[in-house]
Amino acid sequence: MKSKVNRELPDELMQKLDYKPFETTEIGHPEIQRVAPKVHVSTGDDKIVDSIKQVVADTVKDGMTISFHHHFRNGDFVFNQVMRVIIDAGIKNLTLAPSSLTGVMNDMVIEAIKAGTITNITSSGMRGSLGDFVSHGGLENPVIFRSHGNRARAIEHGDIKIDVAFLGVPSADRLGNANGMEGNAVFGSLGYALMDAQYADQVVLLTDNIVDYPNTPASIKQTQVDYVVKVDKVGDPDKIGSGATRFTKDPKELKIASMVNDVITHSPYFKDGFSFQTGSGGAALAVTRYLRQAMIDNQITASFALGGITKPTTDLLNEGLVKKVMDVQDFDKGAADSMHTNGNQQEIDASWYADPDNKGAMVDQLDVVILSALEIDTKFNVNVMTGSDGVIRGAIGGHQDAATGKLTIISAPLVRGRIATVVPDVTTVVTPGDSVDVLVTEFGIAINPKRTDLIAVLSNIPGLPVYKIEDLQKMAEKRVGTPKPLAFTDRTVALIEYRDGTIIDTVKEVKD
Amino acid sequence: MAENEERLRRTMMFVPGNNPAMVKDAGIYGADSIMFDLEDSVSLPEKDAARLLVYEALQTQDYGTAEMVVRVNGQDTPFYDNDVKAMVKAGIDVIRLPKAESPEMVEKLDADIAAAEKEFGREAGSTHLMAAIESAKGVLRAADIAAASDRMIGIALSAEDYTTDMKTHRYPDGRELEFARNMVLHAARAAGVAAFDTVFTNMDDTEGFYRETEYIHQLGFDGKSLVNPRQIPMVNKVYEPTEAEIKNARNVINAIQEAKLKGSGVISMNGQMVDRPVVLRAQRVMKLAKASNLVDEEGNYLEK
Repeated sequence: MKSKVNRELPDELMQKLDYKPFETTEIGHPEIQRVAPKVHVSTGDDKIVDSIKQVVADTVKDGMTISFHHHFRNGDFVFNQVMRVIIDAGIKNLTLAPSSLTGVMNDMVIEAIKAGTITNITSSGMRGSLGDFVSHGGLENPVIFRSHGNRARAIEHGDIKIDVAFLGVPSADRLGNANGMEGNAVFGSLGYALMDAQYADQVVLLTDNIVDYPNTPASIKQTQVDYVVKVDKVGDPDKIGSGATRFTKDPKELKIASMVNDVITHSPYFKDGFSFQTGSGGAALAVTRYLRQAMIDNQITASFALGGITKPTTDLLNEGLVKKVMDVQDFDKGAADSMHTNGNQQEIDASWYADPDNKGAMVDQLDVVILSALEIDTKFNVNVMTGSDGVIRGAIGGHQDAATGKLTIISAPLVRGRIATVVPDVTTVVTPGDSVDVLVTEFGIAINPKRTDLIAVLSNIPGLPVYKIEDLQKMAEKRVGTPKPLAFTDRTVALIEYRDGTIIDTVKEVKD
Repeated sequence: MAENEERLRRTMMFVPGNNPAMVKDAGIYGADSIMFDLEDSVSLPEKDAARLLVYEALQTQDYGTAEMVVRVNGQDTPFYDNDVKAMVKAGIDVIRLPKAESPEMVEKLDADIAAAEKEFGREAGSTHLMAAIESAKGVLRAADIAAASDRMIGIALSAEDYTTDMKTHRYPDGRELEFARNMVLHAARAAGVAAFDTVFTNMDDTEGFYRETEYIHQLGFDGKSLVNPRQIPMVNKVYEPTEAEIKNARNVINAIQEAKLKGSGVISMNGQMVDRPVVLRAQRVMKLAKASNLVDEEGNYLEK
C-alpha cells in the first residue's frame, strides 16, 4: 500500500502493527477515548528511595515500556544511570519510549539493544552513532518516530502505554512536587515530561535537590509520583543549553533570515495580535531579531510565541513585543531562567502544545511558523529525519505539528556543501507538502502553488525573487550535480508516523 | 577606457580564491562586483589549487549579473603568468593588478591579456583590467596608471600596504588617506574610469563603517572594496538616492523623452534648459534607485 505522499509502505508490517497509511493533514472531529493510569494508593510518606537499583527492582519487569524526557539534552545524567542499572539487572524486551534521544544517550541505548534489554523504541528522533546503528539494521523491530504532539496523542490513546517513567528534575520535595526551574541543572519547562507524569502507571522522579515540602511552583504534582530518588547529579548545566543564543554572523544565514522576515512582514498574518513559532538554530534566532525590528517599526505586538523557547524570544516578552510565551521546552539558560521570573511565560505540556486529538491545541492557533529542513522536494514534502546518505540523523520534534500553522515557512539553504537541500524527492517524508506554504533559500523563495493567496501577496516584494520550486531544485542540481541514488535493502528499520498516528513513510536499512 | 559608464560598482566583494564554500556562495549577496583573490589571502602552497578552483567556479557557477574580477598575483611572482592565462581562458570580466606603480606595469598586463585572448580564442579586448594603488609611488602616478590601457575599468586604493609604505597605519578618522583618496579619485575621473575605495576590516564597528562609506560617497567614489558580505547592504544604503532625488531624476528623464519625441535637440524642464551633467546625474540616480529597489520597472517611486 501507499501513503498519500506516494510512499510505498510494507503491507505485512502495516497489518501486523495495525497501521493505516497517511491520508490527509485534516484531523476532522472524531470522538476519542483517552486512557487513565493505574494508581498505587499511598499517603505519600514512603516515596523516598535510596537507590536507583532498588527502584528499578521494585518497578521494571521484562516486556515493559519505560520512558524518559530529553529536557536535559546533552547534559543528561539520568538516562545513563538508570539504563546502566536496568541492563545490569538482566531485564529484557523493554520498549523505550522517551520524548526524544540525545547524543549522550547513544552508547547506552546501543548497549541495551545488544544486551536484549531494549527491543523496541519510539522516539521523536535519534542522531549520531545510534541513528547509524539503527539504519544499519541494529534493532530488529522498526523504530517508531512520532512528533511531540503525536507522542502526546499516542500516550493519551494508549498507543504508548508507559509502565514506568524515569523523570529527572532539578528540584523535587519528598512527595514529588517538582519543577524544572530551581536547582543546579535547570532547564525551565517540563513540557514533554508532563505527559509521562500524567499517564505513566508508575512515576519515578530522580533529583539531586530534595527541597522542603511542599515545593512550588509544582509542574509535576505529588498526586502523580510514586518514587523520589536522590542522585548525585541529574545533569550538567553547561550542556543543557544548546548554545543557540549566539546571534549568527554567518552571512548566508543572515540573508535567509532577512528574507524569511520579508515573507512574514508582507504576509496578511503580520498584524497586531499575531502569533509565531521560530524554533532554535542560527537562522531562526536571526529571524527573531529581524522580526523584533519589524514589530517595533510597524507598532505591532504578538499575542503569543510558541514552542521551544530561546532567550531572544523571552527578550521580546520582556520588551512587551510578545504578550505571552507558551513554553513546551527551553533551549537555553536565558529562556529557562525567564520562565522563573516572568509570569507571562506559561509552561505547557506536549498535549496542550501540539496534540491533534484535542479540544484545541496551541499549534491550531498559530499564525506564523518557521521550520528547518534537511531536504525539501518539489512537492514541498520535508525530510528532517534522514541525511543525504539515507542514515537516520534527525528528529521530527514539533515539525509536523507546527506545520499546521497558517503560514508555514521552511528556511533552508539551497545547498549545503555539495549536498542539495531542494531535491526532486526527499529521502524520507516527515512533513507532508500540504502543510508547507513557503520555502526560503538564499537565492529566493518558492510558494506552494496551492496557496494562490500567498502567491498574490508575496510575488512583488523588491529584492525577494520568487521561483517555482522546480526551478530552485534545478538550480541546486546545477550547482552540485546529480547524486547516485541511495541503496537500501528491503528491510524496514523505522516507521514515520504522521501526527494523527497514520504512517507517512518508512526508513529502510542502508546498503553499504 | 572600457565601456564603463553603465555599470554600478558600489560594492566589490573580496572572496578568498582558496575557500570553496565562499567561492560557491559569492553570488548570493548582491555584490555589484565579485573579486576572487589569488594573491594575499592565498598561501604559497595553495596558489595552484586556488587558481584551479576559481577557474572551475567561473565555468560552472552562476554569479548572475555581478561583474567578475580576479586579483592575480603580482608581476614579480612566478604565479602571475599562469594566473593571467587561466583567468582569461575562464572568461573573467576583469583582471585586477595588485601593487600597480607605473603605467608600464599596466601595459605589460594589457599585452599579456591580449596574448592570452589570442591563445584561448577569446574575443580581443573582451577582458578588462583594473589596477590597485598600494604605495606612494602608485599614488603619485595614479593618473598615468588609470589612463594606461583601453581595457581599464577602474583603479582602487588599497590602504593596508599604502599606510605601511607611508610609515603610518590606519586611523579611525582616515585622515592618513586623504591625499591618496583624492589622488586616486581624480586620476580615475580624469581617465573616465571607476574609483574604488579601500576595505574596512573591523566588522564590529558598524558606526565607523557607515562614517567612512558616507565620506567616500561624498567624495565621489563609485564604491568600496569589501571583506564581508554583511557590508553590502550597508554600502547600498549609503548609495541609495533620496525620494526627492529620484523624483527629480524622473522628471529629467521624462524631459529627455519628451525632447526626443519632439525631435528637439534641446532638453528643457520647467522652462529651464537641462544640460548634460544633469542628464548624466539623473541617469545614475535612476540606476541606483532601481538597484536599491526604490522604483518599479517604469521608474515610479515605491513608497516604503
